[in-house]
Amino acid sequence: MDALNNVFVNIADAIRGLFADSHSFGADLTINIIVFIVLFLIMVVAALFLSLVERKFAHWVSQRPGPNRVGPHGWFQFIADAVKMLGKEDITPARADKFLFKIAPMILVGVTLMAFGVLPFGKRMVAINLDLGIFYFLAISSLSTLALLMAGWASNNKYSLLGGLRAVAQMISYEIPLLFSLLGVVMITQTFNLSSIIEAQKTVPFIFLQPLAFVIYLIAGIAETNRAPFDQVQGEQEIVAGPFTEYSGLRWGLFMLAEYGNVVATSVIAVSLFLGGWNGPGFLPGWLWFILKIWSVIFLMMWIRWTFVRMRIDHLMHFAWKILLPLSLANIFLTGIGIYFYELLSLRIGG
Amino acid sequence: MTIAGTQEYALNMGPQHPSTHGVFRMVVHLDGEVVTKVEPKIGYLHRGLEKMAESRTYTQFIPYTDRLDYLAGPHNSLGYVQAVEKLMDLEVPERAEYLRVIFAELGRIASHLVMIASGSLDICGWTPWSYCFRDRERILDLFEMTAGNRMTPNYFRIGGVSHDVPDEFWPALQSFLDDLPENMEEYFGIFFGNEIAQARMKSVGILPKELAENLLITGANLRASGVKYDVRKAEPYSIYDRFEFDIPVLYGCDTYDRHLLRLLEIQESRKILLQALRDIPTGPVMAKVSKVIKPPAGRVYHRVENPKGEMGWYLVSNGTTKPARVRIRTGAFVNVQMLSEIIAGWKIQDLVTIFASMDLVLGEVDK
Repeated sequence: MDALNNVFVNIADAIRGLFADSHSFGADLTINIIVFIVLFLIMVVAALFLSLVERKFAHWVSQRPGPNRVGPHGWFQFIADAVKMLGKEDITPARADKFLFKIAPMILVGVTLMAFGVLPFGKRMVAINLDLGIFYFLAISSLSTLALLMAGWASNNKYSLLGGLRAVAQMISYEIPLLFSLLGVVMITQTFNLSSIIEAQKTVPFIFLQPLAFVIYLIAGIAETNRAPFDQVQGEQEIVAGPFTEYSGLRWGLFMLAEYGNVVATSVIAVSLFLGGWNGPGFLPGWLWFILKIWSVIFLMMWIRWTFVRMRIDHLMHFAWKILLPLSLANIFLTGIGIYFYELLSLRIGG
Repeated sequence: MTIAGTQEYALNMGPQHPSTHGVFRMVVHLDGEVVTKVEPKIGYLHRGLEKMAESRTYTQFIPYTDRLDYLAGPHNSLGYVQAVEKLMDLEVPERAEYLRVIFAELGRIASHLVMIASGSLDICGWTPWSYCFRDRERILDLFEMTAGNRMTPNYFRIGGVSHDVPDEFWPALQSFLDDLPENMEEYFGIFFGNEIAQARMKSVGILPKELAENLLITGANLRASGVKYDVRKAEPYSIYDRFEFDIPVLYGCDTYDRHLLRLLEIQESRKILLQALRDIPTGPVMAKVSKVIKPPAGRVYHRVENPKGEMGWYLVSNGTTKPARVRIRTGAFVNVQMLSEIIAGWKIQDLVTIFASMDLVLGEVDK
C-alpha cells in the first residue's frame, strides 16, 4: 500500500536519481518541466473528459440518451469533439482589436494553469509547495476576470461587451465571500499552505467544523467558474455566448479548457480545505481518495447546474453582497469565538 | 475626439438569436443592462399564406393552415375547415367532431408544453425543457400513428376528418392522459416551484388588465391578466359546449402567471380529452361531400380559440372552387404588440423571459 501511495513521488525521485546531484539545478529544472507538462495534460484530459461527462450527466438528469454514437456508449465522443474543434476555421472579426482578441484565451488558460501549480493532488504531490498557497490561488484566479473582459472588449460585439462587463461585476463580487469563506479554515490551521491544511485534517475534515463556510465556498466557487445558475457571463439565451461569441475553433476551445480547468481547480480547493484532501480509510491510496473526492464535488456542481435555472444579474449581486458576504463574515466571527474558547479550555485542561 | 460618457445603444437581437423562438427580430435599446425600448421587426417568415389560398382549391389549402401555428397544427385547420363548412352549411358526423376535438386539444397540450419548455429554457432550465419535450413526443407519436405527420398532421377535411384513427391510438392516448398529472407534478417541482425561477418570473413584465384589453390581447396572455375570456366558452364551436371544463384565470398579470396558466390549461384540456374518450360514438368520420368543393357565393367569419390566442378566419367565396379572399386573424400577431408596451425598465434577461411568456410562434405572426 505504501508503494502505491507514493507511486508518483517515487517516480519523481527516480528521475531525480538519474542526475549526479539529485538537487542540482538541472534536476530541479527537469522535474519542473515534467511536472508542468503533466499538469497541462491533466488539465486538457480533465477538460475533454469533463465535457463528455457533463453531457452524459445532463442527459441522464433530463432523461435523454445523450452522446451514444462514437465508441462504446459514446465514450469516445470527446475525441470526435476535439478533432472537430481543431478543424474549425479560426475567425478573427475584421473590426476586432486583434492583439487583445488573440491573447485573451491564452491568458485565461495560462492563469488557470498557474493556479494548478499550487494544487496538491496527493501527499507530496504538489508542483510548488508554496507557504502562501491559498493566497496565491486566490490572487491568480482573480486574474481570469481580466481575460474575460479583454475578450469581451476586443471582440467589438455588443453581446461580448455585455458578457465581459457581467464577468467583471460578478467575479469581483463573488471573490469576496469566496475569500472570507476560506479564512475560517486558515484561522484554525494558522497556515496558508495547502498541504499543511490537509495534514491538519487527519482526524476530522473541516466540513464538520466549517459547514457554513463550505456551502458559501461552493456557491461562490460555482459563480467564479461561471456555471449555472451563475452563468450570466455566457448567458446563452440572452447574450448568445458572452465574451466567447466571436471566438471559433481552437480559441474557443481554449476558453472551454480554462472553464473546465477552473472547475477542477475549484473542486481541488474544496477537497483540500473542507473534505480532508487525501486523508481517507487506508484501503485506497491517498491520491485515489483525492480523485474520488474531486469527482464527487464536480458531480455536485453538475447536479446543481442541471437542476437550477439562471439567476438574474441583479439578484445575483444582491445575493453576493447582502447574503453571502454577511454570512461569511459571521462565519469568521464565530470561528474566532470558537478558537478563543477552545484555547481557553485546552489551557485550563493543560494547566 | 469624443469625451467618455454613457450613452444608450441599440442591440440587434435576431432574426438569428437563441431565444427569439424562430426568426423574430427586435431592436433593443439598452442603457447598460436595462431595456429602454424595443422595436419588434416581423416578417422574416412571411409566406403569403392568405394570397396563396386564392390560387388553391378549398381542400388544397388545408395543409397550409397547419403551418400557421406549427406547434399546434390541428387547431388552425379546425378553424379553417369549420369556416368553409359554415359557408357550405355542412353537417359533420358526430365521431368526426369528437376526433377533431381530441386532436385540437392534444395540439393545445403540445403547444403549451413547448411554451413551458422554451420558457424554462430561456432562463437556462435545460432539464424542465427536456421533460416537457419528452411528454410532447408522445402527442406527436399519436399524430404520427394517425396521420403520418408529426407536427402538421393535416388530418381534418371539409366535412370531417380524413380517416378514422388506428386501434392502437386509444390505449396510447389513455396512457398519456394517465401519466399527465404525474408529469405535471414534475414540471412544477423542477420549474414552477424553483425559487430562482420564481424570482425571475414573479412580478416581471406586468401586463395590466386594462392594457391587455385595449391591445386586444387574447388567449392565455389575456387570461393571465385576469380576464375570463375564452372563445370555447364565449362562442362555443364544434362540440365544445358538451364538455365540462373551466377557464383558468390568474390575476398576477406577470410572467409567472402567464407560464402557470398554460399548466392549468393543460389540466383542463386533459379533462376535455377524458370526456371525449368516454363519450365518443361510433359511426362515419366524413360527411357526404362532393369531390369538388364549391361553396355558394358569400362571406363568413369563424373564430376558434387557438393555443396562442383567438384565431379568426374570414373567407369570401365567389362560387368557384377557389376562395376569392382569405383573411386570417391570428392571436400571436396581435399579441406581439404587448412586448414594446410592457418592456421598458426591465433588464435584458427579463426581456427574454417576457418574450417567452408571450408564447409567439413566428409562423402565426408572419403568416
